[in-house]
Amino acid sequence: MSSIIPADLRYTESHEWARAGDDGTVLVGITDHAQRLLGDLVFVEIPEVGRVLTAAEACAVVESVKAASDVYSPLDGVIVEVNEALADNPELINQDPYGEGWIFRIKTTSTLDGLLDAAAYEAVAAADDEDEDTGTLANPKLVD
Amino acid sequence: MPFIPHTPADIRAMLAAIGASDLDALFDEIPPALRVGQLPALPEALNELQIGRLMEARAADWPRPACFLGAGAYEHHIPAAVWEIVGRGEFYSAYTPYQPEASQGTLQVLYEYQSMMAGLTGVAVSNASLYDGASALAEALLMAVRANRKSKSKRILVPRASHPLYRRTARAIVHNQGIELVEVPYDPAGGHTPVEALAPHAGQDFAALVIAQPNFFGVLEEVDALTDWTHRNGALAVAAVNPTALAILKPPGEWGETGADIVCGDGQPLGSPLASGGPYFGFLCCRQELVRQMPGRLVGRTVDLDGKPGFTLTLQAREQHIRRSKATSNICTNQGLMVTAATLYLSLLGPGGLEQVAATCHANTRALVDLLTRVPGVSRAFDRPVFHETVLKLPHPAGEVLDKLLARGVLGGLDLSAEYPELGDALLICATETKDEADLRRYAAALAEAV
Repeated sequence: MSSIIPADLRYTESHEWARAGDDGTVLVGITDHAQRLLGDLVFVEIPEVGRVLTAAEACAVVESVKAASDVYSPLDGVIVEVNEALADNPELINQDPYGEGWIFRIKTTSTLDGLLDAAAYEAVAAADDEDEDTGTLANPKLVD
Repeated sequence: MPFIPHTPADIRAMLAAIGASDLDALFDEIPPALRVGQLPALPEALNELQIGRLMEARAADWPRPACFLGAGAYEHHIPAAVWEIVGRGEFYSAYTPYQPEASQGTLQVLYEYQSMMAGLTGVAVSNASLYDGASALAEALLMAVRANRKSKSKRILVPRASHPLYRRTARAIVHNQGIELVEVPYDPAGGHTPVEALAPHAGQDFAALVIAQPNFFGVLEEVDALTDWTHRNGALAVAAVNPTALAILKPPGEWGETGADIVCGDGQPLGSPLASGGPYFGFLCCRQELVRQMPGRLVGRTVDLDGKPGFTLTLQAREQHIRRSKATSNICTNQGLMVTAATLYLSLLGPGGLEQVAATCHANTRALVDLLTRVPGVSRAFDRPVFHETVLKLPHPAGEVLDKLLARGVLGGLDLSAEYPELGDALLICATETKDEADLRRYAAALAEAV
């Protein structure tokens, strides 16, 4: 089953989505494709409000039963709001990645023009599916 | 015989496959100045018979003195059953025994160990152990800096009255990560770290305060006041504790209003014999909220597909094999054998037995101090309560006195002059439950002759 990629959002190659608001802020989460790869989420480390970010900076961690991945900021900006509900309900990202499962909101002066559109992201996700072994760590080897 | 399965032909084939000329070429990125090369100081190898005779001769030279030396590693009675059971092949020969399908016994031992340590320290979580107490402190400090997101400073307050070797080890491990350890002075009369000594740091940004209980001088700290002060100033309280002492002292999880956040220490007193410095093991415990910042192995209890209880590693996304360079630590192992001994030791003693050990240590140390301070010129350096160690002031340099004591069959303690020159001729002594009244009198008689 292919994943949902809403046409009105912008994306990154690292599987974040970005939605511009009317007030100069941008809402950020991870894509449906990303949450499928990760599987059931058990923990989200959310960033702090007020943190200054540069584009592509790691600022949150999503942890599932089989892997943990960084979430990167799509743009330069300052975090103005975080989704506190994720602390108790990380599965919101699995259930509703583009809605209730948003992660943080940044205030930015950048535009979303430099990010991928839905068609471009669909190609990224499709390539990822073909090469799934490198994308996940579902079966780690234990070492001493 | 070398336990390397590759024949010279195998090695040549592998080198050819990767295009390397010889084995040395694989190490050419290591600067020559750092390569060991030859080891001319090493003598020729001895065979088993020869080494046995050499060791017997050396053992005969050592007078097996009565040990009153502590300073971080302690002589305790270990029930004979402990190492008899640890030596069973199932425990003794297992390597990376973490696969749940093959290692339920070992995993259960680790789980029981974690449960006992959580009970002893009064916090929710224990990992499956680290290498030793000093590196456990370093890991606790790295963990505190990661966990304290309110603090940006990477500064940690560390009392001068905490173990000097722990401080040195911690500094070696954390300083390349930009973490600064700031020394807090001790009270010259009490030997403790009074809250007033922290006053200059009030309102400053720092990530954590280390609270040693007892501290290196054996002195009991005012842990409640220190913990509350730390939390009021937005920092985490890192407890560095002696596990035996916890049998009679308040567990760190109950210090102050909300308890210490991270607890670490050396597990040696729980079943590991003194053996020229090791192997020992470190323990690391924390509040539930900090568990994702904890390094090391964690064993959890779960159910299998049929609903039967079982044990498995858990929360592995913290670890190196999953998170790679962003793991909480490069530690992804534990001191399995020493921890097995600790679990057996604690099981055999039980809470009441451990309390008896701790109380006897304390009583013996008090009795020893009474005897030794009757010797003219010998006095206590500090006036505050201690657990099972204390500092004595001597009328002569401690090193000289220790030599004379050793000649009389007494390993008298640790000379503090190198680490704490400000204390003058000072000696750190310890009496555990292994000593009886005759041992204490023997020390007192030897000291009277030595000073």
